[in-house]
Amino acid sequence: MDIKTEINTKYSDLYLENIRKITDISTPFLNSFREEAMQKFRSLGIPTRKNESYKYTNLDIFFNHDYRNYFIPVPADFTKAEEFRCDIKDLDTHGLVLLNGFYPTLNDKLKQLPSGVWIGSLNEAARKFPDLVEKHYGKYASGETDGLVHLNTAMASDGVFIYVPKGVVLNKPVQVVDLLYSDEDMFNQHRNLIILEPNTEITIIICDHTLSPQKFLTNAVTEVFVGENAHFDIIRVQNEHNNACKITHTFIHQERNSKASSNNITLHGGLIRNSTHHLLAGEGAESLSFGLYLADKFQHIDNYVNVVHDAPNCTSNQLFKGVLDDMSTGAFNGRILVKPGAQGTLAYQKNNNILMTDDAKMDSKPQLEIYADDVKCSHGATVGQIDEDSLFYLQSRGISKREAQLMLMFGFAHEVIQNIRIEPLRERMDNLVMQRLKGELSRCESCMVKCG
Amino acid sequence: MLSIKNLRVVIDSKEILKGINLEIKEGEVHAIMGPNGSGKSTLAAVLAGRAYAEVTEGTITYYGRNLLEMSPEERSKEGIFLGFQYPIEIPGVSMVNFMKTAVNEHRKHKGQDPLSASDFLKIMREKKELVEIDSKLANRSVNEGFSGGEKKKNEIFQMAMLEPKLAILDETDSGLDIDALRIVANGVNKLKRPDNSFIIITHYQRLLDFIVPDIVHVLYDGRIVKTSGKELALELEEKGYDWIKKEVEKNEVSWT
Repeated sequence: MDIKTEINTKYSDLYLENIRKITDISTPFLNSFREEAMQKFRSLGIPTRKNESYKYTNLDIFFNHDYRNYFIPVPADFTKAEEFRCDIKDLDTHGLVLLNGFYPTLNDKLKQLPSGVWIGSLNEAARKFPDLVEKHYGKYASGETDGLVHLNTAMASDGVFIYVPKGVVLNKPVQVVDLLYSDEDMFNQHRNLIILEPNTEITIIICDHTLSPQKFLTNAVTEVFVGENAHFDIIRVQNEHNNACKITHTFIHQERNSKASSNNITLHGGLIRNSTHHLLAGEGAESLSFGLYLADKFQHIDNYVNVVHDAPNCTSNQLFKGVLDDMSTGAFNGRILVKPGAQGTLAYQKNNNILMTDDAKMDSKPQLEIYADDVKCSHGATVGQIDEDSLFYLQSRGISKREAQLMLMFGFAHEVIQNIRIEPLRERMDNLVMQRLKGELSRCESCMVKCG
Repeated sequence: MLSIKNLRVVIDSKEILKGINLEIKEGEVHAIMGPNGSGKSTLAAVLAGRAYAEVTEGTITYYGRNLLEMSPEERSKEGIFLGFQYPIEIPGVSMVNFMKTAVNEHRKHKGQDPLSASDFLKIMREKKELVEIDSKLANRSVNEGFSGGEKKKNEIFQMAMLEPKLAILDETDSGLDIDALRIVANGVNKLKRPDNSFIIITHYQRLLDFIVPDIVHVLYDGRIVKTSGKELALELEEKGYDWIKKEVEKNEVSWT
């Protein structure tokens, strides 16, 4: 058996061994997807570099490893989650904690905020609001050729559920702290479902943390429905240790005149793969996709963005920037698909990278597929060093070369950070980015992992 | 303060400066004029420490020290300032942060404590008034989205903040309308003291109507071919550069 077949068989066996346990804790509706998803996974397998959208990322070393598999949460584990406090001063949010992909059982599993918004466990929501979950679950995570989305559908049983009823504007963001904690190496999967009814507004912050030094592999899927005239912002801050692999798939479905923005800030992690899908399904929808990644040592960060214009007069904009140091590698693949009939499309894409060493490597690939004729599209990618003219300008005012380099890199990164509209979070990101660029450890105070 | 002797400079294996000699004393204003491509900006770049300009021969002494051994930031902290012909836009770096870092580096060099935030803002306000720069510009990123005139005023503002001993203004007048030109010149005149000096690099006489030079040099084909008083600038304005070129060529013919 070759290595690929061996790895795929391993996950297929894992499913067979645990499917009883998984179905026991889930609702019949979620379970109804599992068998078919597993069949799709068996035929597609773990993505290899032959898969166009994974061309620059090799997942083998993380998937070909023996993990403890986390399917059933135990209450004792959740004390950890209960203790966790985000240390960002003045960041006023509705907090939720996920531990190893599960919503802690010690809390209310599903709670309604005074504004009417429901936040809590997906598993619980599937029991409490079956109609709502059935209407949206599995509808946006198309997966297409990505076996990992199907693997998630086959085995995930919990995650975050957020429901914003019609007309509700939530001023305070919802913060999901996504914790990994284990005394053994661990594989986990979770599934989030976020539903915005028409004329609503919400901001979600997801903070990925590792609380113990074990090897982690996470495969997470988030589905978002943004109703007519709704306004959705999601900011994901990734700060995990070098021995963690995080794979996220975010599917944002947008209805008419809705606005959505996604911002992936990757400060730290061993192997990170974010795929962000924006489907502009209703006329006049607007999507923004931002990303910033800072890598060093042997880290690898891959961002795949897939913007599909499936309605007329929609606008999309992608801005991804990265600084790669040491031997680190990065990839950006930005796809824009303009379907027939999506006239009046405006679609932009920009990817800029700074390589700090000769050994760092970046692959940047724009992928524009346009099947309508009244379209304005542009894309640009740069991979280079710090601009010599800018460096000299700062030095000529008495600023040392080292300090000038830092200022320039900070300015480079700030173009992405400045799109965060929540001020305390924006300030914290600026600080963490500055620390990171100085070569200091950029971790939140509550982070218990001392990695360098 | 500054002594340049037989300076030869090569850029991309082409010789641009072919033996420059120049002496500048405290309190003097020198104008360097000359046609396009004569080497004026290269001279400015070498004085500020730009790496692409390679010195193949000659010396530059600044207050008794070998200037060519000093890094660009050290030159700045020792009092040399270059006003750029094309100021650089730096997105994401605010003017305030840029100037605060620069001023405090200068202070550290002199053994002074960093300025408090309020003291710094006070000084910044004073200097902004000096060059009549829009208050809002200071809150923006360095030169980003500034008009041509605003960029040049911003150079003079930075000069005012750093109080150099020797300021080299490289075509600060190019692209300025008459009002902006007057503001820039006023800024320079207000900063003039008996112990500091200026090198004004320009094509045209018009800036020199406002900033009166003590000495005017004409740079042509990498050499200073004429040095005289301020009346030389007027003569150039009237007659252009052709007569200088002819004079130089005639001399070259007679030498051979």
